[in-house]
Amino acid sequence: MTKAGILRAVIFFGGLALLPLGIEPVWVLNLLIFTLMYAALASSWNYIGGYAGYPSLGHAAFFGIGAYSIAIIFEKSVGRGYAPFFMLPVIGIAVAILSIPIGMIAMRTRADVFAIVTITLLFVAQTLAFNLRTVTGGAQGKGIAVPPFAISHFSWPFYYAMLLLLLLSMGISFYFRRSKIGLSLAAVKADEDKAHGVGVPVTFVKIVAFAASVGIAAMVGGVWAYYGGYIYPQFAVDPLITIGMVLMTFLGGRATLWGPVIGAFILVPAQQTFAYQFGGSQFYLLAYAAIFLVIMLILPRGILPTITDRLRTKAKLREISAALTAQEQEASR
Amino acid sequence: MHSLIQAIILGALTGGVYALMASGQTLIFGIMKVINLAQGAFVILASYLTFSLFQMTGIDPFVLILITTPVMFVLGAATQWFLLRPLRQDDMAELSLLVTFAVALGLEGLLAIIYKTTYRTIQPGYENHSWTIRGYQVNEVRFYAFFLSLAMLAALYLLLQKTKFGRAVRATVQNPMSAQLLGVNSKMVASFGFGLGVATAAAAGSVFGLISPFNPGSHYDLISRLLTIVVLGGLGSIGGSVIAALIMGVGSALVSALASPIWSDFTFFIVLLLVLLLRPRGLFGARVRGSL
Amino acid sequence: MSALLEVHGLTKRFGGITAVDTCTLEVQQGTITALIGPNGSGKTTAFNIITGYLKADAGTISFDGKRVEKPSPASLYRDGLSRTFQQARIFPDLSVLENLVVASSYSLRGLFQTRVSKQDRDRAGEMLEEFKLSSLSDLRGSELSYGQRKLLEFAAVLMSSPKLVLLDEPTAGVNPVMIETMERHIRSRHKEGVTFLIVEHDMQLVMRLCDPVIVLDRGATIAKGTPAEVQTNPLVLDAYLGD
Repeated sequence: MTKAGILRAVIFFGGLALLPLGIEPVWVLNLLIFTLMYAALASSWNYIGGYAGYPSLGHAAFFGIGAYSIAIIFEKSVGRGYAPFFMLPVIGIAVAILSIPIGMIAMRTRADVFAIVTITLLFVAQTLAFNLRTVTGGAQGKGIAVPPFAISHFSWPFYYAMLLLLLLSMGISFYFRRSKIGLSLAAVKADEDKAHGVGVPVTFVKIVAFAASVGIAAMVGGVWAYYGGYIYPQFAVDPLITIGMVLMTFLGGRATLWGPVIGAFILVPAQQTFAYQFGGSQFYLLAYAAIFLVIMLILPRGILPTITDRLRTKAKLREISAALTAQEQEASR
Repeated sequence: MHSLIQAIILGALTGGVYALMASGQTLIFGIMKVINLAQGAFVILASYLTFSLFQMTGIDPFVLILITTPVMFVLGAATQWFLLRPLRQDDMAELSLLVTFAVALGLEGLLAIIYKTTYRTIQPGYENHSWTIRGYQVNEVRFYAFFLSLAMLAALYLLLQKTKFGRAVRATVQNPMSAQLLGVNSKMVASFGFGLGVATAAAAGSVFGLISPFNPGSHYDLISRLLTIVVLGGLGSIGGSVIAALIMGVGSALVSALASPIWSDFTFFIVLLLVLLLRPRGLFGARVRGSL
Repeated sequence: MSALLEVHGLTKRFGGITAVDTCTLEVQQGTITALIGPNGSGKTTAFNIITGYLKADAGTISFDGKRVEKPSPASLYRDGLSRTFQQARIFPDLSVLENLVVASSYSLRGLFQTRVSKQDRDRAGEMLEEFKLSSLSDLRGSELSYGQRKLLEFAAVLMSSPKLVLLDEPTAGVNPVMIETMERHIRSRHKEGVTFLIVEHDMQLVMRLCDPVIVLDRGATIAKGTPAEVQTNPLVLDAYLGD
């Protein structure tokens, strides 16, 4: 890890950790909670959608599972208020493990079949959420017990929970990049058949990426549910969430460490700003879709890779011109 | 027993409609190796178009197909031309999914803004009529829809087998590079093919609007079913998708009758998982593996 | 002694065409065996079946004395059978160094270790030295020329210390200097005990380098022998010149 990298991380997380101490208005914290939420989601979607090249279109289903898990377990009481947070790792790991068989079936053949399975999964999850009334409350939704946090600092535990999840999400992303898992995933993304042919443990790494990715999505969903206090099926299992994380990852740069986070920090505040002006999720749908298509056509690689590519080209040009200058000098002697 | 056979009849008729939608999707996949995740949304768009036209003019929804089909064709061709063609070849498989997904959601958003989220139906007056044949109810609309589907599938078949364009399409499906070398303008084929695939959604949309209440969000249900059907039939086989549509139509109707309508949605997902587990290439599909 | 690779009755049909027709061949250990034949004789299809990329309709394959029930590229690679492709497949987004490291057959446990460790660097470094690719070590695969890619692909499949390497047209589309380089590397590896099965169209290379030579025509083996024998075999001449 480079010194610059460590510095970046310390400033970023340190700054965010200290922020609540300095900020007064509640809406800022609220905005940040959603920003961190999407940053964590996008960052983990990146494992399977970015590093592995398998775009999952059903992540919202796992988000919803996490949300409903918290809602169901903590419907009546949350004790001192911290119990749900401690439940999160359990939910995350459970979802990750349960997703393994799904992942194995879905990733058996190709990336587009994978997308088919995940999209269908999303729909099934939504149907279940609406129809398993005894468990999920159906269209009525489900409430969660209100924690006895002090009013003045009510958002703080949620804020720090999201921050920790982002740290975890980015931490795993970083770990993948630095280990052979990342190397294997990159090979799978570039040429899966060839990866098989040089002995890369393809299925294993795909499953690891998928399981980690959905485990985090579930945990984030859990915090979201707890924060909101009441969840409805159409919002807990909402395709808008999927397209949000996909869009942010693409905008910032797939298969990069900071790309998804950058994407989230740009789009979530933008979305919230527009929310006051236009309202209604139908507009989001159209706006997200339109922005996504525009990005696809204009900035297909995303912000970060485009910048690093430009820098790389500039460095190369400098190298070449330095070499030419040296040659000229030699020749003129 | 009676209700079982009733369910089978209903299922078969519905399957015919699905077959029409699925064949368009399969055609698109065959030509471009692109899974059009917006196919369901295009059907719903067609339903809304038919709905509005019917409201404004009172012309029978089946007749309106003549108007909506060219409109959907143009929309499809334009989608391919402006949104898919610019994608780089190596990214195409991955990105086309996301692009068509975005188109689907964009259409949903657009329709929701224009029409709000209330459920609509197209009601020309005869939508609830059914005949009773030997004690079994046969819904009039579904009956016409089934034969309409057959007719259009036949037309599609003739188009592909007998016309120059059809030959170009089949050549491109089998071997894009050779086709190009032989003078087939693959860009045009791609655009036209996509347009054709989406055009089938026009007829399906008219019919769908008659038999089922719909709102902008209905495309999810549709696309999940369509995807299961094309996977079951085998990606790339139009005949396969027709048969798979009938199987799924009957199958889910049976589940609906025997268990409950809620589980009939599930049937699709279960079938999808089973196919992928046991026979990934579906009933009639080509070997499913990456390139060599 | 039994052959390193034995293929019996291999058959593969594509619709109406029988690409590989009860093909039988064997590769003895320690040889540089050539697999030649006119276009469409089924050489690459046979390769693909042997290395697990295609499923045969019939036939058996044995490698290193053991029957291979369900050939899969990954397990064959780990057992010591590797191959290159006609179109020089490497990983374009990975660096040259990483291309070598990723092919070094690490265990599942190895997955959790550093992406490119000092050990990896040393091992790959040796390979890079041998193939004179050291100066390109940090370039991305996509930035290499075609000839460099072919070299890299070859070097990469040697990283797992294979017993048998299948080369699919290693000199197709490369300049004469590169052909010479390839030949040199094949010979030096051969001296170290690696067995080769090479599909080739460059007859002069085949005659210089390979023994025995197996000839395929219309999916079946029609001849096998030394280069000289095969050159004068009337069946072979007929296959190449006839119809």
